[in-house]
Amino acid sequence: MSESSTTGDTLLSGDASVTATVVREELLRDYPAKTKKKREKQIVINDKQRGEDGSLHLPVVAANTRTVPGIITQRGCCYAGCKGVILGPTRDIVNIVHGPIGCSFYSWLTRRNQTHTPTDEHDNFMTYCFSTDMTEENIIFGGEKRLRQAIQEAYDLFHPKAIAVFSTCPVGLIGDDVHQVSAEMKKQLGINVFAFSCEGYKGVSQSAGHHIANNQIFKHVIGEDDTERSQWSINLLGEYNIGGDAFVIEDLLERCGIELVSTFSGNSTYDQFANAHMARLNAVMCHRSINYVADMIEKKYGTPWIKVNFIGANATAKSLRKIAEYFDDRKLTENVERVIGEEFPAVVEAQRKYRPRCAGKRAVLFVGGSRAHHYQELFSELGMETIAAGYEFAHRDDYEGRQVLPTIKIDADSRNIEELRVDADQEKFRESDRQKGLKREEQGYTFREYDGMMAEMKDQTLIIDDISHSEAERLIKMVRPDVFCAGIKEKYSVQKMGVPCKQLHSYDYGGPYAGFTGAINFYEEIDRMVNARIWSRVQPPWENGSPGTESSSPSPTSLEEMEELEESTNS
Amino acid sequence: MTTHTAKRVNSPFVATRNACKLCTPLGACLAFAGVAGARTILHGSQGCATYIRRYMISHFKEPVDIASSNFSESATIFGGRENLRAGLANVTRQYQPEVIGVATTCLAETIGEDVGMYLHEIRSQSSADDPALPPVVHVGTPSYCGTHAEGYLATVHALVSQLAEDGSSGEHVNVFPNMFSPADLRYLKEICHDFGLPVTLLPDYSDTLDGPTWDDYQLIPEGGTPLAAVRRTGQARASIEFTCVHGEKASAGRWLEDHFHVPNHRLPMPIGIRASDALFDALGSICGGETPARHAAERGRLIDSLVDGHKYLFERRAVVFGEEDLVAGIAGLLGELGVHPVLCASGGDSGRLRSAIAGLVPDQAEQIQVRQATDYADLEELAGDLKPDLLIGNSKGYWLARRLNVPLVRIGFPIHDRVGGARLLHVGYRGAQQLVDRTINTLLESIQEQSDEGYSYL
Ligand code: SF4
Ligand code: SF4
Repeated sequence: MSESSTTGDTLLSGDASVTATVVREELLRDYPAKTKKKREKQIVINDKQRGEDGSLHLPVVAANTRTVPGIITQRGCCYAGCKGVILGPTRDIVNIVHGPIGCSFYSWLTRRNQTHTPTDEHDNFMTYCFSTDMTEENIIFGGEKRLRQAIQEAYDLFHPKAIAVFSTCPVGLIGDDVHQVSAEMKKQLGINVFAFSCEGYKGVSQSAGHHIANNQIFKHVIGEDDTERSQWSINLLGEYNIGGDAFVIEDLLERCGIELVSTFSGNSTYDQFANAHMARLNAVMCHRSINYVADMIEKKYGTPWIKVNFIGANATAKSLRKIAEYFDDRKLTENVERVIGEEFPAVVEAQRKYRPRCAGKRAVLFVGGSRAHHYQELFSELGMETIAAGYEFAHRDDYEGRQVLPTIKIDADSRNIEELRVDADQEKFRESDRQKGLKREEQGYTFREYDGMMAEMKDQTLIIDDISHSEAERLIKMVRPDVFCAGIKEKYSVQKMGVPCKQLHSYDYGGPYAGFTGAINFYEEIDRMVNARIWSRVQPPWENGSPGTESSSPSPTSLEEMEELEESTNS
Repeated sequence: MTTHTAKRVNSPFVATRNACKLCTPLGACLAFAGVAGARTILHGSQGCATYIRRYMISHFKEPVDIASSNFSESATIFGGRENLRAGLANVTRQYQPEVIGVATTCLAETIGEDVGMYLHEIRSQSSADDPALPPVVHVGTPSYCGTHAEGYLATVHALVSQLAEDGSSGEHVNVFPNMFSPADLRYLKEICHDFGLPVTLLPDYSDTLDGPTWDDYQLIPEGGTPLAAVRRTGQARASIEFTCVHGEKASAGRWLEDHFHVPNHRLPMPIGIRASDALFDALGSICGGETPARHAAERGRLIDSLVDGHKYLFERRAVVFGEEDLVAGIAGLLGELGVHPVLCASGGDSGRLRSAIAGLVPDQAEQIQVRQATDYADLEELAGDLKPDLLIGNSKGYWLARRLNVPLVRIGFPIHDRVGGARLLHVGYRGAQQLVDRTINTLLESIQEQSDEGYSYL
């Protein structure tokens, strides 16, 4: 039986006819049969059914399948996921992009991950964009020699700890052996040099690149440094420090007395990765991009992993408590409660201020592989409703929960991405951590658990995987959300239609939004957006009443009137 | 933050460190965006389309929609014809475009895709289920030869050579701009209009990439050069194009001259007084009229402001970077202002930048260092020693400006750390006026900031 009593809830306030079913049909309407068949499985109504035993049954979302040619997608390529997302935020590895210039140029400082070097003397190569800038000659005769020379140049210039090489599309085709070249240069230079075969055509989105990045970092870096870590030490996996989010979380953990060994990969360094296997617990933020590393570390070293979420004040408190619960120490629990107690009053005060201004407004989120889920927390803390959501590059487990993992069919695109075989390390495996995990599990503590986006979303809302540009525009036209969360590629077409667009990749140059202070920032920002007066000025006064008018407020004809009007919309 | 400036005097770097160029299909996408009702498909993997979209969007702050034929791994082995067929059909169904532009990425070029042949096959083998395709213009844009500037010009050439028709001579003039801003394009149209000359500007993204909010949902943003006008470029009374570095092979004007006897006027980018004079002169000679009074007045005001502003500019030293034609144009303007363009650099590699600059700034040709196929790391090494007072170029010069502690006057593309990139004027008297005012004000601001006394009356 369905979870909600009224199936067919409307997505548009004031118009009962705009249900998820109606919108879905409209989005699918113009597609030719083949494309329609495919999109039907990716545009799904969140029809939540409860079994007799109370278990939740969710519809299947055919995620992580190839975008149809000619459909304008939000997705990027494998290389973007590997170099841009996972390795980009690490400051002291020199990243060399092997290929023609564009791929490297476009990933040069275009994500807003921040980093802090302890002193000015420490390396930070993030502002640097290194490319072999292949020429026609290299395409014809091969580019290995050029790559070798580029590695040498990078070494001569910086003497870095490590150099990483990224293959772009043409490289795979001309058959350059980037791994061989890297191995040779590693030997020759005496520093770690490793390569990623992350050609853009592999897989169906950035996601393939995440997996490849996870594999290579695991193979070539993790486990290099066995320095002992404390009892309460963790890695934070899948936090990329956009807008300074990681700084906020670092601060919270420190105040709680939890040692952060590494972050994958916001504000990170090579040495952190090398030592990551010595942490006692892995806390996974973005499940999509980094769960492979969590799994592999557990298999090889015995470190268990849990899912956390630091987006949303309640989620942050819950995550801190979950970490403390694992370590099960009175002192640590006290620390955590103290920190939560210090932070929460300001959160409550902010909620008191912004909730009345935002409550009841409707959000849609189409972004990433975890953010479209995590950010729903913040909207619900504002009393706002998420009426439709979807990921750009996630898999079924991110929608439906990890329990569906065994049932996911592997298609040709995924088969090409290597699954590393990982065994327990005879020397370094920490049996004690495994035992501790088993004991906790008996006590009802859950590891490796992620329920996905749909379980937390309301019944009969709309799920759209890999939303296309034209679907997004039609969706806006039909449901007119109060805020549309996406990225820069969507930003200006959404706003052209008179709906504010919050970028959840770059945060619109704002942030941080993680933790408690971040939540407050987000409330303020969303209030500013959904209550901005500019939307009522879209219509010029001489066109009053023509179709498309969004504004219900009268146009002022004098400064005094305008001020009055602003007063009234403000209060 | 550490700065690394190891110098390599004898052997130049093979790798590019902080490129001063973008990739070829980006230029193609920009040019196609200026054709009315056009949609662009990049033939290759989807990543390039996504990256190029986001880059153009961050500059123009407008929707930019580029589809991809979305190669899978097997397409890289068996070829991308079926992907292209599906892409064309889907774009046609969703957007009902009036024309589709297809540009290749490095991937497609590496495997040697013959898009022309594919298009022919796709049309001749289409089934009843396939939608009727609009005209499709294709252009080969491998990034391993050329830069975005070449991609732009090659696309204008492709549009003309694949669509232009012969016929009885019209009254209109073709204007083929270079990588100009939407504001530049609007202004060029205004100039032609004031001469009483009907004009076909190709491409014209002045509305499509700098438009108002929408009353209603638009499948494709309004504006652009209508297809019929592109066809009529073969019947124009003359063409004007702006480049002094790119060869005639990719010249749309030259192609029309060779095939349809449309006289071509090849001018440098109309940046600065002399180069703008050349444009007004050419327009005057084409229509047999005089420079309209209000433009002559603008020229007068410009000269007057130069006389007044000379004291701030004289003997100043500037480093200029960006596309080759833009750099040459700015060097010309600076020469007129009494500023020394001590270093003129571009990631482009036409081999003609030096001679172009020598032509525009003859009296300083000896002293100006010219660098082609350069990158920002090279630039930084060179610029430091030259003690410049200011940098002129796009946003990518920000780090250079920060490290050298000199101000940056932002021009050209991309500008993603300021708003209004689409509305910057570069060309004509009005563009020169804006550049001069901005340059002087930038210098004044830095004098003011660095002065102990904090003069407020300068
Ligand atoms: S492969 Fe070529 S076309 Fe694609 S982004 Fe890279 S340089 Fe540009
Ligand atoms: S060429 Fe390949 S790797 Fe480069 S941006 Fe395009 S899809 Fe990505």
